Amino acid sequence: MMNTSREIQAEQQSLDIPNLGAIFGAKKPSRNKKNIENIFYILFFCLGMLSVGCVLLITVYLVIAGIPAIREIGLVEFLFGETWASTASEPKFGILPFLLSSIYGTAGAIVVGVPIGFFSAVYLSKIAPKKIKVVMESAVAVLAGIPSVVYGLVGMLVLVPGIRVIFNLPDGASLFAAIIVLSVMILPTVIKVSMNALDAVPKEYEDASLALGANEIETYFRVSVPAAKSGIATAVVLGVGRAIGEAMAVMMVAGNAPNMPSIFESVRFLTTAVASEMAYASGLQREALFSIALVLFVFIMMINVSLNFLLKREKGARS
Amino acid sequence: MKKIRSLLVGCLMLTMLLGGCGTSEETPTESETSQTPAQTEETTGDLSGSVSTDGSTSMEKVIGSLGETFTLQNPDVNFTYNPTGSGSGITAVSEGRCDIGLSSRALSDEEVASGLTGTVLAYDGIAMIVHPDNPVSDLDLATIAQMFTGEITNWSEVGGADAEIVLIGREAGSGTRDGFEAVTGTEDACQYRQELTATGDVISTVSQNPNAIGYTSLAAVGDSVKVLTIENVVANEENIKNGTYVLQRPFLLVTRSGETLDTVPQAFFDYATSAEAVDVISQAGVVAAYEG
Repeated sequence: MMNTSREIQAEQQSLDIPNLGAIFGAKKPSRNKKNIENIFYILFFCLGMLSVGCVLLITVYLVIAGIPAIREIGLVEFLFGETWASTASEPKFGILPFLLSSIYGTAGAIVVGVPIGFFSAVYLSKIAPKKIKVVMESAVAVLAGIPSVVYGLVGMLVLVPGIRVIFNLPDGASLFAAIIVLSVMILPTVIKVSMNALDAVPKEYEDASLALGANEIETYFRVSVPAAKSGIATAVVLGVGRAIGEAMAVMMVAGNAPNMPSIFESVRFLTTAVASEMAYASGLQREALFSIALVLFVFIMMINVSLNFLLKREKGARS
Repeated sequence: MKKIRSLLVGCLMLTMLLGGCGTSEETPTESETSQTPAQTEETTGDLSGSVSTDGSTSMEKVIGSLGETFTLQNPDVNFTYNPTGSGSGITAVSEGRCDIGLSSRALSDEEVASGLTGTVLAYDGIAMIVHPDNPVSDLDLATIAQMFTGEITNWSEVGGADAEIVLIGREAGSGTRDGFEAVTGTEDACQYRQELTATGDVISTVSQNPNAIGYTSLAAVGDSVKVLTIENVVANEENIKNGTYVLQRPFLLVTRSGETLDTVPQAFFDYATSAEAVDVISQAGVVAAYEG
C-alpha cells in the first residue's frame, strides 16, 4: 500500500514539473526563473504585510480616536457610569449598561450554546453513523454560512413575538432573545472546533480503554474528551469571540434601550451601541462611540490572548 | 512572460489607484466662509461661488439632497452645510456667519423682531402607528406625551385593552425622534422599550406587537400598521400643510429680513422653494411646502 501511494505521488510530481514550465512560459530557463522567483517573493511578502498593516492601522486609529472622549468624560465615569444619554441637554456617557449587557449576553450564549455544541460534537465525532454524520455536518456548515442579518430578521419576526406570547410579556425584544440568537450563532464554531479536537484523539487511547472493559460512552467521556480538552476550550473561546463581536443580529432582537441588563428587559450591547448611533452622531457623542469601540477592541484582544495561550498549551501537551 | 508582465502592470495600476484615493482625500475644498469670489469664470456652469447653510441637524437629509442636486446643476458652486442645531443656525445667520440658517422649529417673536425671516421649505409630518388590532384610533398630543414619559402605562387608560403600552422609538440623534420629542415636549424623558435604527424596523416591530405604539415619518407608513388620528385629524399631506394635523413641525430657511442675498445663495433659495425641488424634498421623507 505505502509503496503504491508513493509511486503515485512521484508520478504526479514528474507530471507537474513540465506543467509548471509551461505555465510560466520559460524559454530561457535559469535567469528568468530566478527573476520570477524574486518578483513573486516580493509580491507575496507585500500581500502578507497587507494584513499586518491593516491590524496596525486599526489599532492605532482606534486608540487615537478613542482616547480623547475617555479623557474628557473620565475613565471611571465612562466605564462605570450607569446612564447613557448621549443627545440629552446634559449628556451622560456611562457605558456600564452596555458592558454588562455584552458580558451577560455572551455568558448566556455560552451557557446555552456550548453544552448543545459540545454534545453534538461528541455525537458527530464518535457515535453517529456515517450517513447521519454527513447530513448533520453539512447542516452545521450551512448554519455557519448564514449571514447575521438573516439571524436577526428571523429573530425579529419569529423569536421576539414568540417570546412575548410564551412568557406573557408586553414585548419580546430582550436580553433573552439576544442570548437565544447568539447561542445558535456560536453553535457551528463550537461544534466544528470541538469535533476537530475529538477526531484528533489517537484511536489507540480509545481502543485501550475499551480493551480494559469500559463501555463506549465511558470511553468517550473519560478518555476522548479529557484528551481533547484544550481543543474544546479553544472552541469555547472562539464562541465567546463570535458572540461578543456580533452587532447586526443583536441589534434586531435586543431592543436597544440603554437599560441595565435584566433577562426580559430591552438591552443594548457594546457593538450595537456603536452601530445604532454612529449614523447621526457628532461631537463628543461620536468620540464616545469610538471609545466604546476601543473598549470592545480591548475585550477582543483579551480573548485572542487567552486563545493563543490555550493553543500553546495544547501544542505543549501534544509534543 | 506576458502573464507576469500584465500582472505587474496590474499591481502598478492598483497601487496608483490606492495612491490616488489617498491624495484626493487630502484636498478638501470646503470652507465655512461665504462670499468666496468666483474662481473659475470660464466654465460652462451658470453660477460659481458658494452657499453656506448652518443649523438644524434634523434637516440634514433634505438639505443634503437639495445641496447635492443644486451642485450637480451648477458644478462650480461650493455648497456647505454645518449641522449645529436650529438655535445655533439662527444665531449664525443673524450674525452673518452663514448665508441661510436652517431651523426645524418656528421662529420666536423675538427672533422675528430682531430682523429674521423664516421661509417654510417643508413640513416634517410624524405619524403615530399602532398594531391594526388595537381598538384605539385617536389620541391627543398631551396623552401621547404622557404615554411616552411613562405616566400612562396601560392601554385601558386610553380606551384600549388591558395591556401594558410598549413604546417603540428611534435611536438618539435620529431626526424623527428629535421631531417627535420636540413637538410633544418629551425631550430626554421618553421611556422607550425599544430604540430601533430604521423606520422600517419601527413599522415591522409595531406590526408584530398588539401592545406597541411607535412613531415614523408619514411618508414611510404602509398597510401593516394603523395610523392614529391626532385630535380627530387624519395624518395626510393636506392636513399637515394647513396646520390642522398638529404632530408636525416646519423646516425653515432663515434669512435676514430686508437684506438681499448674494446671487448664488439667492439662486439656491429660489431653487429650494421652487416646484423643481418638490420631488427631491419628498424623497427625503418630508412634505414640501411649495403650493404651485
